[in-house]
Amino acid sequence: MKHQRIIFVTLAFVALALFPLVAGKYGIDLITKIMIFAVFALSLELLVGGTGLVCFGQAAFLGIGAYAAVRLSPQDGSASLLWLLPACMLAAALYALLVGVLSLRTSGVYFIMVTLAFAQMAYYVAHDTPLGGGTDGIYMTAKPVLGAVLDLDQPLVLYGFTLACLLGTFAFLALLLRSRFGRALAGIRVNEQRMRATGFSTFNYKLAAFVISGGIAGLAGFLFAVKDGYVNPELISWHVSGNVLIMIILGGIGHLRGAIVGAFAFALLQELFKSEAVFGDFAKHWQLGLGITIIASVALLPRGLVGVPQQLAQRLLGRAGAQDGAVAGEVDDE
Amino acid sequence: MSEAEVLLRGLEITRRWGGLIALNKVSLALERRSVHAVIGPNGAGKSTLINILSGEIDPSGGKIELMGQDVTAWAQPRRARAGLGRSYQRNTIYPSFSVFENCRLAAQMRVPRPWMFWQDAQRCSVSGLAAREAAARAGLAGMLERTAGLLSHGQKRQLEIAMCLATNPAVLLLDEPLAGMGAEETERMLALLAELKAEHAILLVEHDMDAVFRIADRITVMVNGAVIASGTPDFVRGNAAVRTAYLGEAGDEH
Repeated sequence: MKHQRIIFVTLAFVALALFPLVAGKYGIDLITKIMIFAVFALSLELLVGGTGLVCFGQAAFLGIGAYAAVRLSPQDGSASLLWLLPACMLAAALYALLVGVLSLRTSGVYFIMVTLAFAQMAYYVAHDTPLGGGTDGIYMTAKPVLGAVLDLDQPLVLYGFTLACLLGTFAFLALLLRSRFGRALAGIRVNEQRMRATGFSTFNYKLAAFVISGGIAGLAGFLFAVKDGYVNPELISWHVSGNVLIMIILGGIGHLRGAIVGAFAFALLQELFKSEAVFGDFAKHWQLGLGITIIASVALLPRGLVGVPQQLAQRLLGRAGAQDGAVAGEVDDE
Repeated sequence: MSEAEVLLRGLEITRRWGGLIALNKVSLALERRSVHAVIGPNGAGKSTLINILSGEIDPSGGKIELMGQDVTAWAQPRRARAGLGRSYQRNTIYPSFSVFENCRLAAQMRVPRPWMFWQDAQRCSVSGLAAREAAARAGLAGMLERTAGLLSHGQKRQLEIAMCLATNPAVLLLDEPLAGMGAEETERMLALLAELKAEHAILLVEHDMDAVFRIADRITVMVNGAVIASGTPDFVRGNAAVRTAYLGEAGDEH
């Protein structure tokens, strides 16, 4: 199982690295966008799958990263990636710190609502104040560069940079989740009461996870702003928080690769249902098609897309095998 | 023997839930190398007492001292780090983790180092060693790779104790460790408790009277949130108030 996972992830990244050789302008742009979504989904997976915190306001951190990228860029020339990127992540992480301090005292449905409320506050700040530039959004006059080495205005350079960010985020979170910190988060997810009785100050652990997650979402926001050269309040809307939740559910909660698979599946399904070439007039109602597909896949694939191989194996091996598989699956998770 | 070393002391602990008094000025002292049993009918406040001593809930009044230090205002994790371990009446384990990981995670408290994110927790030698040791002491040496949720009830109770031991506590608060155990498992657990007594101060809340009178050095009897008697097993056995209120007028058990 473990080897198969490593092979799958390696092949996926190799495929992404080779993709520009065969893709046109549209393809590059689409996959760049999806990879940014994947970074964003990974940030939420740390909270939902890693810690058991269902955050419904992740868009706030994405939006703050994106707005920071535009707002902090100088009007007369390009900013250096070296300071702009960390600054955007820091801005998002700081807001996550504030939201975390106040929201992590609640749990369950209250936590979901409080995180949503904080995201809506950020939305209205972007929407209704001069700081955010209102509904029309604001433009980035020049995209950030890294000396003469990297010019993110070039689609291919941005593609490569985004891929590197995705790989870096994935590797960082994979390390984090198997470390003592990650194991403590897993313990909090499974049984927070016992963690406290054992001596872990669980609030601090959850807050640290929240801040890291916010910082990574800020990275995704930065990439969005750079890719589009433009930000508007829709980036912070609750639909975005909802979509990223659907991505990780679709891919399979509890697995980092699930966040990436889910981001790709969601975005590609969206493209498919929006395509007039495939669906003709029905393409106007793409949300209906997408919604039905998502409901069907959640009903049929309780472990998400990454659980499909296991589910198939169980189907083939019959009931006895299925029971063993379920047990192995649980252990495998940890 | 010189004067006994008191590791945990509760002084006039009171807990009110609205108008109801769950605990009324309960005082007790846990000494090293002794098992202090707390008995009483359901609703006497035994679990509430453990919850307050361990810091899971706050007392409405009174004071708690851990090794001479006032810890009344300390949050539960801090008390745990200072050497206060507890087990739960209802199994409170990590069911989806292996037995080893259940113990290792508890032992990780000794070397938290959360910022060292590049280190693999599974290779943490300190917590790994402590986990194996704790599991072995609790009689789970051969089951390290089993999924905790699939253990038998008795094994889960043993795991509760193992997780408690993995943190290397000085004081053990055990909430009905024998509940639902078969005769053989009970014997094994009692042998373990007798062994643990050598280094720890143990508070034992238990309904199994035979076990309590066999292993306890002191017994405190609670009824309706108040202590009605406290002393050696012989003293408690002969106490008239206890016989009336708890053991039954006929004294048919002893």
